[in-house]
Amino acid sequence: MSIKKGRGNLILPDFTQSSCVDKVGVEERVARFQSRSIKNEAKMQGLKMALNMIDLTTLEGKDTPGKVKQMCYKAQHLHDFHPNLPSVAAVCVYPTMVGVAAKAVQGSGVKVASVSTAFPSGQAPLDVKIRDTKFAVDEGADEIDMVISRGKFLSGEYNFVFDEIATIKEACGKSRLKVILETGELVTLDNVRRASDIAMYAGADFIKTSTGKIQPAATMQVTYTMLQAIRDFYTTTGIQIGMKPAGGISNSKLALHNLVMVKETLGDQWLTNEWFRFGASSLANDVLMQIIKAETGVYQSPDYFSKD
Amino acid sequence: MERLEVLKTYKIYIGGKFPRTESGRFYNPLNSKGEQLGNICLSSRKDVRNSVVAARKAFGGWSERAANNRGQILYRIAEMLEGRKTQFIEELMFQGSTKKAAENEVNVSIDRLIYYAGWSDKYMQVLGSINPVASSHFNFSMHVPMGVIGVVADQTTSLIGLVSNIAPVIAGGNTCVVLSAENLPLCAITFAEVLNSSDVPGGVVNILTGSPAEMIKPLTTHMDVNGMVYSGNDRSTIKKLKESSALNLKRIMTYDEDWIKADAQNLYMLSDCQEVKTTWHPIENIGGATSSY
Repeated sequence: MSIKKGRGNLILPDFTQSSCVDKVGVEERVARFQSRSIKNEAKMQGLKMALNMIDLTTLEGKDTPGKVKQMCYKAQHLHDFHPNLPSVAAVCVYPTMVGVAAKAVQGSGVKVASVSTAFPSGQAPLDVKIRDTKFAVDEGADEIDMVISRGKFLSGEYNFVFDEIATIKEACGKSRLKVILETGELVTLDNVRRASDIAMYAGADFIKTSTGKIQPAATMQVTYTMLQAIRDFYTTTGIQIGMKPAGGISNSKLALHNLVMVKETLGDQWLTNEWFRFGASSLANDVLMQIIKAETGVYQSPDYFSKD
Repeated sequence: MERLEVLKTYKIYIGGKFPRTESGRFYNPLNSKGEQLGNICLSSRKDVRNSVVAARKAFGGWSERAANNRGQILYRIAEMLEGRKTQFIEELMFQGSTKKAAENEVNVSIDRLIYYAGWSDKYMQVLGSINPVASSHFNFSMHVPMGVIGVVADQTTSLIGLVSNIAPVIAGGNTCVVLSAENLPLCAITFAEVLNSSDVPGGVVNILTGSPAEMIKPLTTHMDVNGMVYSGNDRSTIKKLKESSALNLKRIMTYDEDWIKADAQNLYMLSDCQEVKTTWHPIENIGGATSSY
């Protein structure tokens, strides 16, 4: 394959020859991550780390500026009764809400991520997707979460998918690009691996599992496959790519399992919110409840925490 | 060839499912003849935690059900219990009851369920009120369920105490986590099977076997439990309940009754697990000739 736009002057591999994934092996490995016992100080450290990696998300048709403002407030004040809690990494909203969100989190260090490219289906012409992206960037989005064209991918038009990602990357300018593979629609782990490779070579700064609108979303099997792709890409090119599992990670235990998986697959280098994120809406409250439980010894109730 | 008898595995009941205890522990209570009752799950605080989560999840749906439908379901429990009478009588006798006492206990339990089934669509009319107020408001009070109730069931009986403690709680739209009689656990789990086959949604009643002494603390301090029902008269336990309930100001209901008696049932056991909600509804011209409030 010739050298094209996308990531600098990398020699592109033949994506039809992406590594095959041993599904049984992945499942066994994932089961091992879930058997790690993380307690006391390590648990507390893990919980706070998870909290700091959350992209607090609202992606609903019924979103209003009021709701987005409320969420942005929560992103900066997770639980004011408890001192020394980190804030979340970012808030994730639709492009029309980016302006509101950017203003609300200004100066706090919390980033604004915007979904784009006709999220969640991605069924729109390229020029619409470019405008969608540029609009979000102009409104002040630090990060763009784009979706790939799964229909094109599944019909084997890998070049189309590659070019689209590369084009959107250009439209992003300085904003970081997360590429959503929507693994729930990709059917096999082989496809997840291939889509990850395409996205990384085309210019993704992050690869992300799902939109959160399709089940299954961020299963550990899928996340593990993507982490392996990131590791191989790093070994081959020396370029570090971030990972964002999104959808279905709603409790602390699952979040800790994911952190274990990142550490054991990629290493400590990835264990910051610069390189690893959780896309979630209800995870934050569960982590908060676990932190308070660990400190007081008393099981907590959502009644005493802010609404999601 | 002689047939090997299949022994029943007694498990716990959480969210409409029958898991083993998360802790993997068990204990062997004995009857008065020294025979083992079975390998019974010795539940842990994590089972308590899981049960509360299940009970909270079930609360919305159960409390919003039509009152008469809750009554129908309670009646259905009674029907299913009637159908499995023999099994309960055998278990009670195995745990030390005489045949006559066992039969009586099952019969009273069935009747008790029917008693509360009847109340479930009537208590609101009887207890609710329209209140005279001096301003232009229509003012009324109604009873709403508290939420998730922790129940420390009677430790001296296997079935009747359990039924007498659960029925008024769920008839009023609450969900519950029940710690059954430690040394008489058989009927509790068989009763869970009855619940499971009587249209009671999973999570409305969760039943744990094991040592209440161990589980009372995590249950009573749990911020997502709204009230506690305690059946018995152990002063130190009641003190412990009161102390650990202070965190979120749970109400503690203690009953020291001989549950087998026909009159160990009343409307107030149902209203104990209710909160009174009073609504001020503005109306026009209260003093005018048309007002009859």
